[in-house]
Amino acid sequence: MSAQIFAFYLFAVSCVAGGLFTVIARNPVHSVLWLILSFLSAAGLFVLLGAEFVAMLLIIVYVGAVAVLFLFVVMMLDVDFAELKAEMARYLPLALLIGVVILMQLAMAFGVWETAEGVTLADRPDAIAGGGDHNTDALGRILYDKYFLLFQLSGLILLVAMVGAIVLTLRHRDYVKRQDVLAQMYRDPAEAMELKDIKPGQGL
Amino acid sequence: MADFLTTPLGILVIVIAQVLLVVAFVMISLLFLVYGDRKIWAAVQMRRGPNVVGPWGLLQTVADALKYVVKEIVIPSGADRAVFIMAPLVSFVLAMVTWSVIPFNETWVLSDLNVAILFVFAISSLEVYGVIMGGWASNSKYPFLGSLRSAAQMISYEVSIGLIIIGVILSSGSMNFGGIVAAQDGNYGLFSWYWLPHFPMVFLFFISALAETNRPPFDLPEAESELVAGYQVEYSSTPFLLFMAGEYIAIFLMCALTTLLFFGGWLSPIPFIPDSPLWMVAKMAFFFFMFAMVKAIVPRFRYDQLMRIGWKVFLPLSLFWVVWVAFAARYEFFGGAYARWTVGG
Amino acid sequence: MQSGDLSIALPEIILSLFAMGGLLVGAYGGKDKLASLMLWVTAAVLVALAAWIGFQGAGTATVFNGMFTDDAFARFAKVTVLLSAAAVLLMSESYMIKRDLLRFEYPLLIALASVGMMVMVSASDLIALYMGLELQSLALYVVASLRRDSVKSTEAGLKYFVLGALSSGLLLYGASLVYGFSGTTEFAGIIQAAQGETPVGMLIGLSFVIAGLAFKVSAAPFHMWTPDVYEGAPTPITAFFATAPKMAAMGLFARVVHDAFGGVIGDWQQIVAALAVASMFLGAVAAIGQRNIKRLMAYSSIAHMGFALMGLASGTAQGVESMLIYMAIYVTMNIGTFAFILSMEKDGSPVLTIDALSLYSKRDPAKALAVLVLMFSLAGVPPMVGFFGKYSVLLAAVDGGLAWLAILGVTASVIGAFYYLRIVFIMYFGADESELDKGGSGILWGFLMASAAAMVFGVFNLFGIEGPAAAAAAALAG
Repeated sequence: MSAQIFAFYLFAVSCVAGGLFTVIARNPVHSVLWLILSFLSAAGLFVLLGAEFVAMLLIIVYVGAVAVLFLFVVMMLDVDFAELKAEMARYLPLALLIGVVILMQLAMAFGVWETAEGVTLADRPDAIAGGGDHNTDALGRILYDKYFLLFQLSGLILLVAMVGAIVLTLRHRDYVKRQDVLAQMYRDPAEAMELKDIKPGQGL
Repeated sequence: MADFLTTPLGILVIVIAQVLLVVAFVMISLLFLVYGDRKIWAAVQMRRGPNVVGPWGLLQTVADALKYVVKEIVIPSGADRAVFIMAPLVSFVLAMVTWSVIPFNETWVLSDLNVAILFVFAISSLEVYGVIMGGWASNSKYPFLGSLRSAAQMISYEVSIGLIIIGVILSSGSMNFGGIVAAQDGNYGLFSWYWLPHFPMVFLFFISALAETNRPPFDLPEAESELVAGYQVEYSSTPFLLFMAGEYIAIFLMCALTTLLFFGGWLSPIPFIPDSPLWMVAKMAFFFFMFAMVKAIVPRFRYDQLMRIGWKVFLPLSLFWVVWVAFAARYEFFGGAYARWTVGG
Repeated sequence: MQSGDLSIALPEIILSLFAMGGLLVGAYGGKDKLASLMLWVTAAVLVALAAWIGFQGAGTATVFNGMFTDDAFARFAKVTVLLSAAAVLLMSESYMIKRDLLRFEYPLLIALASVGMMVMVSASDLIALYMGLELQSLALYVVASLRRDSVKSTEAGLKYFVLGALSSGLLLYGASLVYGFSGTTEFAGIIQAAQGETPVGMLIGLSFVIAGLAFKVSAAPFHMWTPDVYEGAPTPITAFFATAPKMAAMGLFARVVHDAFGGVIGDWQQIVAALAVASMFLGAVAAIGQRNIKRLMAYSSIAHMGFALMGLASGTAQGVESMLIYMAIYVTMNIGTFAFILSMEKDGSPVLTIDALSLYSKRDPAKALAVLVLMFSLAGVPPMVGFFGKYSVLLAAVDGGLAWLAILGVTASVIGAFYYLRIVFIMYFGADESELDKGGSGILWGFLMASAAAMVFGVFNLFGIEGPAAAAAAALAG
């Protein structure tokens, strides 16, 4: 067993195990931690595929930012997960039924998977971009050239998400006192202060 | 012997030896960094600092470390044991792992990754977990508040650090530290390095590095006047030692990053003096000195001020800088100072 | 990539640049004080773009590596979408100001949603399709919960969001199976790969894609979000939901089934026909019990989507043409109806029960007459334009060999006529005098009257939309 195969099974097993424990862990914080393990293993699998750029982005974006926000939410919200689970148990039979149906459909679909004639499914990014470059380069070429339109559209989608979050949550409160740093810096002591010489025994 | 070194087992031995070498370097530097930190701090305050253990107090850190190790590990009764123990390990191990891609000379690097700088950035973005896990697992108010503060702070400053790094990547056309340093090699010694074209970003990077590593003046997670010691309140003995070691290693890593990104790594500042790893170490030591001076001199920020600087000043500035560098590199402003890959090769 | 690519997508680019510029002006300028101005400017830009697209030359261009198609079909759909979005924007001003909901982001979100819709109807790639759909949906989720202090409005937004995300998931899942089969996400490649016999994996993918799209057009059995969202969202937003996004989603639906799966018409025809039957009957039956006019309009729109899908189900160019005509008429009718619903007020606050309309004819005969015309048209009663819309889809279904579907459609339309006519009955023969406020904004009155007039005078030649619709259908299925 070569090191690569060993690494593959290591990452694959920990990825699946992480996913499993995310679902069955009793403590929601533990769930998120297992989820992080799953993300990290997925990043490892990407590295094995030779897609180191995607792997690093997966860690930076999902583990470094998204999962931290998950942790924040889970830690700060007082959600009674036991009650939620009891609620869920009522609909479990229906959910199971749907799950089984979809699973059977999948089995049907993948059991006799056929592609159209002349289709090869294993194109890697460097193969598409013409080979030679390392894959960060190749990804850049595809993203900014071939998929230019989609790249810009996803930018617009993110803009809408941002505007939406602001529209739905920002409230202008007039009674809140805010620090205006520039105003503070440009305050002139000569105007703001006055020195008075008070003789002993006398008030102002 | 030479045959043995080409067998799989031999390669394994070599790799382990290299890893131990790097670890030893980092750990030994760590001892003297803590000592230096305290000495500099003391000097600014006109005290003597550690001066009893060993000659000039040099062994003070060793004594401290020993003391931590031999003490009993106290775990609070309400704590989540597994996470509580894991937090300092995460903090320490992750800080250590990043050194695997930091080069000290053209070929002196454990793992010559294509995307080395992304790797460093990814791992340092994980370091927040040590803090947040420790704070949560302690099952106590102050640690929890401290860890939330810290997580928010680290994520905020990561954004501007990332953007500043992107500027450097654009300029050098490489995400490998060797490539970035090679792009700074020029005929003018220290004036060929990136600190000159990326001048304002050097300061932004330095300040963001302070915030990212929770160093003063941004050490709000452990602001003792408000939170006792933040996420470390419940920690003692070896776990605490690991937290502290992890923090110092992360600081030292930031010194290495500053050196590699803006100050030419192992390149010599004066054209006719040869390049050498010693330059790299000297530069790192200098930046650590700066870190220590800032800690000694600058008073602590208020939390809202810290967030304001991060989001309203640093983020727009660094974002603008990326756009500027992109234009400057594409149209080769200033004789291609921003697009060194077309000039230097 | 050449600048020629960009020039084909210029209307979309202009609209998105306008939205971004507007956001900057709004954020750094007067904030919500500028909202009214922003609303009028946005409407003007939408109308100007519609005019430009409408009078652009003929022809078909596919750019951005086959991801974006500009043809007669896209132009027809875009003009309808832009004009209806502009109309709804103008109608909403007085309502939003009165309820203190007019924020400067509102018109800009509508503009960004319109960009999404324009991309949807022009998409000739599964990823571009998804991007356009998400851009549109995301903006709609936000405007649905614009009245953030009202439980119903936030509930509407949340429901819409969760179910919308689910439907996007279905769509993506199906798209990935289709990609796995054909090895490409471009419609041009998929239609080449999907000819003749389809394997089961591809078939499952196709069904998932159609299920996702059916969610977006709110066809039964994927309609469950519609009544709640229509009821909870602020009324002008409901008016918007009922018009432009429906047209865009229908356009997208037609483009996917014809451009990507035109080689396997038999496979999707039965699914679309089943969706059509379910929607028509559900819309007709479930609306009978509704006393809230917004919920009633929700079921009405479900029924109308059923008829539009019937046109599509025929799988012919004639079917697409009839679908486009039907949608154009539907959008016009809905603008008029919602103009009336927006003006239903008692002592300045909105009233939504249909019982409040009793004997409205005595209070405001002109408006009551206009509503009568619109209700007849919605029901498909012969002299009105709505009848011709229904007639053309029925004809297309019969010609496409789906006579059984046409018969079911007629039955459903007879059942559905009941609740439209009940509104008319309440207005003319109700028990006690209506207490709704008289007058109201001139803009609403204008839209109501214009829409009603169109339903009467359009009888002669449908304002000439048949020609462009035929050209559009030819571009797609010809």
